[in-house]
Amino acid sequence: MVTQIIYKTLLASFILVLSLLVAMYSTLIERKVAGWFQDRHGPNRAGPWGLLQPLADGVKLFFKEEFMPGSADKLLYILGPSLTMFVALLTSAVIPWGPDLVINGTAYPMQVADVNIGILFVFAILSIGVYGIMIGGWASNNKYALLGAVRASSQMISYELAMSLSIITIVMMTGSLSMREIVAQQQGFSWNIFYQPLGFLIFLICAFAETNRSPFDLPECETELVGGYHTEYSSMKLGFYLFAEYINMFISGAVMATLFLGGYHFPGLDKLGLSPNVFAFVSFMVLFTKITFFGFIYMWIRWTLPRFRYDQLMKLGWKSLIPLAILNVVITGVVILLNQ
Amino acid sequence: MFTQYIFHFLSVMALFSAVMMLASKKPIHSVLFLTLTFFAIAGHYVLLNAQFLAVVHVIVYAGAIMVLFLFTVMLLNLNKDERSPKPMWVNIMAFIAGGMLMLTLIGIFRGYEIRSLQDPMTTQIGLVKNLGKVLYHDYLVPFELSSVLFLTAMVGAVLLGKKEQL
Repeated sequence: MVTQIIYKTLLASFILVLSLLVAMYSTLIERKVAGWFQDRHGPNRAGPWGLLQPLADGVKLFFKEEFMPGSADKLLYILGPSLTMFVALLTSAVIPWGPDLVINGTAYPMQVADVNIGILFVFAILSIGVYGIMIGGWASNNKYALLGAVRASSQMISYELAMSLSIITIVMMTGSLSMREIVAQQQGFSWNIFYQPLGFLIFLICAFAETNRSPFDLPECETELVGGYHTEYSSMKLGFYLFAEYINMFISGAVMATLFLGGYHFPGLDKLGLSPNVFAFVSFMVLFTKITFFGFIYMWIRWTLPRFRYDQLMKLGWKSLIPLAILNVVITGVVILLNQ
Repeated sequence: MFTQYIFHFLSVMALFSAVMMLASKKPIHSVLFLTLTFFAIAGHYVLLNAQFLAVVHVIVYAGAIMVLFLFTVMLLNLNKDERSPKPMWVNIMAFIAGGMLMLTLIGIFRGYEIRSLQDPMTTQIGLVKNLGKVLYHDYLVPFELSSVLFLTAMVGAVLLGKKEQL
């Protein structure tokens, strides 16, 4: 019992540090990718290949002047970025990061909490994720911040619907709400993406909207709203908002890889006859590669597509994605019924 | 023992935030305290081994309904206390009506014998499998009827929201 608690604490800390590290270096990779797409070098002054750039940025953010608008609601102003960061880190608890580790003959699952309603937990976190932005945007007492917050919340509520509907098909196919069970059923090459290509596409589009990434980054649209919901934020509070976006990218990539790309499974990997711990490590690296792939897609799209207009965004969500997702649910239901 | 401490913590949190919801001056604070109350209640569900209910509670109340409340309060910017002061007789009437409701509730619960619940850890009724079976097997017709009710409410809301005459 005690070893279990120690193990879970270690695992949770490891995932926390990993998420922060990945988010840190995503900022560098994002700028490198941008440089590549625009035929320039990107940051290369701090350290070899600009490897120290995230550190320099972090130090800069910490030492910037801390400014709070006089008319702001003090407590809520601080609560906003803290809540955003907290919620961004919470989802990683239910993601199965790899097969069981075996230490001294006991199996330790590489998942912090194997709740039997894992997917719903992800949705619950997703649905409260909007609070941080709304509270921060409102507490700043600035019209641009408020507009950004209102945009963010209505966008996230709208796209949550299509996202949940596209997941329902996965739940129907696997017959379980547990993330662990869903990964277990995609062993080898029977990944969900081959059975649910439409569902995957809808989920991917919605993930862009939920993480407020371009082309759906209207909450912080600088041509209209100065800086959007974090206009009045400075120093590390702004850093938290920006950082949370990258953590969200990482975690949403992990969720997508888990639900659609077979999680930590790779065809033929379990037939190599590796020892359990090496196998767990290799599987974890497989999952990590898939997440990196999604991270690259996020950046790829950002530097390729222009930003949507707000009415286009709403039209896409309500008039295209939701009907398509419902159609997908109906078709899946019929196919499952016929195959019974 | 440990769960007892959590139970006390959650109960204090629920009561405190419920009182603060009523006592707060700013409507936004009230909304946020109500959200906190919902989280405390979701915690109680988890203690009762009803994780499905807890998560659905968070998704529906904290994630959807309260976000819409927050949204409305923000858009209307009710922050400045511009509501006209109510006349005295309204306050007196509200006091009498509320007091009568409280008397009724006390009367009901005085005569009510508290049955000891079956242990939720052994019945596992709050888990999604058992709950699904009960809902879709024993109570299928009421369940479907309630979804029709929701649809009616939705159609009504759209109808009221339309500006032009149909």
